[in-house]
Amino acid sequence: MLSRLRAGLRRTRDSLLSGIGRILSGRADSEEVMIDQMEEFLLSADVGVSTSEKLAQKLRTHLREGGAGAGPDLLALMKKEILDVMKRPLAESAPGGRPHVTLVVGVNGSGKTTTVGKLAKYYADRGEKVLIACSDTFRAAAGEQLEVWAKRAGVDIVRQKSGADAASVAYDGAEAGLARAASVVLVDTAGRLHTKVNLMEELKKIRKVLARKIEGSPQEVLLVLDASTGQNALIQAREFGSCMGVTGIALTKLDGTAKGGVVVAIASELDIPVKFLGVGESLEDLVEFDPIEFADALLSEENSPSPLS
Amino acid sequence: MFDELTSRLETVFKKLRGYGKLTEQNMRDSLREVRRALLEADVNYKVAKDFVSRVEEEALGREVLKSLTPGQQVIGVVHEELIRLLGEKATGLKPSSKPPAVILIVGLQGSGKTTFTTKLAVHLRRKGAKPMVVAADLKRPAAIEQLKILADSVNVRALVPEKGESVLEAGPRAVAEASETGHDWVLFDTAGRMHVDEEMMSELSQLKELVSPHEILLVLDGMTGQDAVNVASAFEKTLDFDGAVLTKLDGDARGGAALSLRAVTGKPIKFVSVGEKLDALEVFHPDRMASRILGMGDIVSLVEKAGQAVDAERALEMERKLSEADFTLEDFLEQLKEVKKMGPIQDLVEMIPGFGKMKRAGLSLDENALVRVEAVINSMTPRERLNPTIIDGSRRKRIAKGSGSSVQEVNKVLKQFFHIQKLLRQMKRGRRKGLSFLPF
Repeated sequence: MLSRLRAGLRRTRDSLLSGIGRILSGRADSEEVMIDQMEEFLLSADVGVSTSEKLAQKLRTHLREGGAGAGPDLLALMKKEILDVMKRPLAESAPGGRPHVTLVVGVNGSGKTTTVGKLAKYYADRGEKVLIACSDTFRAAAGEQLEVWAKRAGVDIVRQKSGADAASVAYDGAEAGLARAASVVLVDTAGRLHTKVNLMEELKKIRKVLARKIEGSPQEVLLVLDASTGQNALIQAREFGSCMGVTGIALTKLDGTAKGGVVVAIASELDIPVKFLGVGESLEDLVEFDPIEFADALLSEENSPSPLS
Repeated sequence: MFDELTSRLETVFKKLRGYGKLTEQNMRDSLREVRRALLEADVNYKVAKDFVSRVEEEALGREVLKSLTPGQQVIGVVHEELIRLLGEKATGLKPSSKPPAVILIVGLQGSGKTTFTTKLAVHLRRKGAKPMVVAADLKRPAAIEQLKILADSVNVRALVPEKGESVLEAGPRAVAEASETGHDWVLFDTAGRMHVDEEMMSELSQLKELVSPHEILLVLDGMTGQDAVNVASAFEKTLDFDGAVLTKLDGDARGGAALSLRAVTGKPIKFVSVGEKLDALEVFHPDRMASRILGMGDIVSLVEKAGQAVDAERALEMERKLSEADFTLEDFLEQLKEVKKMGPIQDLVEMIPGFGKMKRAGLSLDENALVRVEAVINSMTPRERLNPTIIDGSRRKRIAKGSGSSVQEVNKVLKQFFHIQKLLRQMKRGRRKGLSFLPF
């Protein structure tokens, strides 16, 4: 599993760290130039202006206080700072009743359905009895897509006709989960932009319906985030968070060149932890998020050419 | 869509306008803020850096016109440079000489290719063409069904690969069929692929060889961050695409990817895809977009949109009222009703000049809020609507009761109304010679 994560993250760190060794080697004309380069480096990974500035400031403070001026020590410092942000105490998902319900939300095209398929496999492999509810009744053929994933993962699925009420499918899912003694229920929802008030209301309704049927559910609300998303991800996390109480993030499509650095900003500003990483298109390409692995993989020595350099 | 960016720039420009004289120092400060704003809008960091230095060069080298304050002049330069960066003029599809014209629609997973394909078919048909779509995504489960369902819903012919048939086999078959059946556009909805997936990328070049496309369009999620440059340059290298499409711009994404993409590939952005309705496709207008970014509003798009829903006379009247600020609650109510007819409020309001400011001043608009506002205004007497200053405590209570809301709610509506009235007056006064089109 580690090798899979590494392979998935290799490109991330290639691009995130293109030349970090060079930047921190102390070869820059002055410390200020080095700090600027470090900041740009973080910006290029979608870490965002505020968080990049904060991290660069740490570097500045360190240098002012007479800390080591170059090389591995600086790298270790940056690693530690990123790690500090990423591994703050997690908001534990509420225990709640059984089955354990995960509600999967996110904007269009972030990879919710694929993630639900992979999660089904993940839990099934751990001996759980999994049931999927397809509350995406809006997008054409969403149900068919999910059905293929359910079959691949070998788990049950509950769905209704396209255009049916999303909350009613969630209700069916919860009911079927109880009746068939499932231990895990995964609810896939339609993609929605966080600015659409009525669609956000629909999510709240789904949430309410689940809670009524299974006490304390959904125990987990997972926000699926495309790693190539820029600073808008922060707004997404904030909006879905305030509407739904997001308990974790699944960061998808890390097998491209996207850096996914925006999760550092999200962790820093909103305290929402990353829980899973999507690193490919097959059923097994989902790994648990490990902040140490992440920071290590992020800050390793490899260069990749940028199209603009 | 550029709310945040707009608000940042507004702050910067407000400061700039305050300077009587433009020194290198205060300009540098302002430009640092401009850079920050661009970065927060996901413009690639190198592009932002170049952009700012170009503006600086331009602005410092320019003689200050008598009619302008130095601040206004910098704003003018930022506007010009934004348009330059976004591409000077709108470019739709190239006209095709010999049908069928093939269009390959490519992009990453989840960027919105299938929805766009259908929208483009609707767009072409509206112009009198006879398009068909081809499901060329054999990879994602149920992708073919998705396209088929969407195409069926708008009565467009969808060609689906037969069992066991590969994309490379189905492609030429589709083109041959189109020539026979008289379809003049053939739109290929290809599978989403990572730009680093060599096998999948080479499938695209093979398909390109086989069907000799008239155009290749790269679909890019409008929310894409710094990675936009990597994606765009990888697709350019493999396919040399003709133009790009930005999707999901109906949210609050700031769309900086548009600027990055232009800067890296030099390819034009041809369409903007907004919303899930299948007719929500707009030709990309760089000048309008630049105005939108700068908070100057997109009055042209608004008027075009209004033209489809409101009759011209009323629109003119509305425009006159807006500009003359003899704007009453009656007008407010009427406008709300007209606005509701035009479609999702969020899309519309940001086209209104200066609206960014109103929104940040606490005027929020969602469809339900409109219903409540309408109820409150409906519960006023005609006299109250024409002269809201007469609404005292006891009238407020009556209105609250009549509309099933609360006195607070009534207060809020009145406050918003007075606020808009004030802004309109300011806008009117704000028209200066020189850059009179700037609402600030």
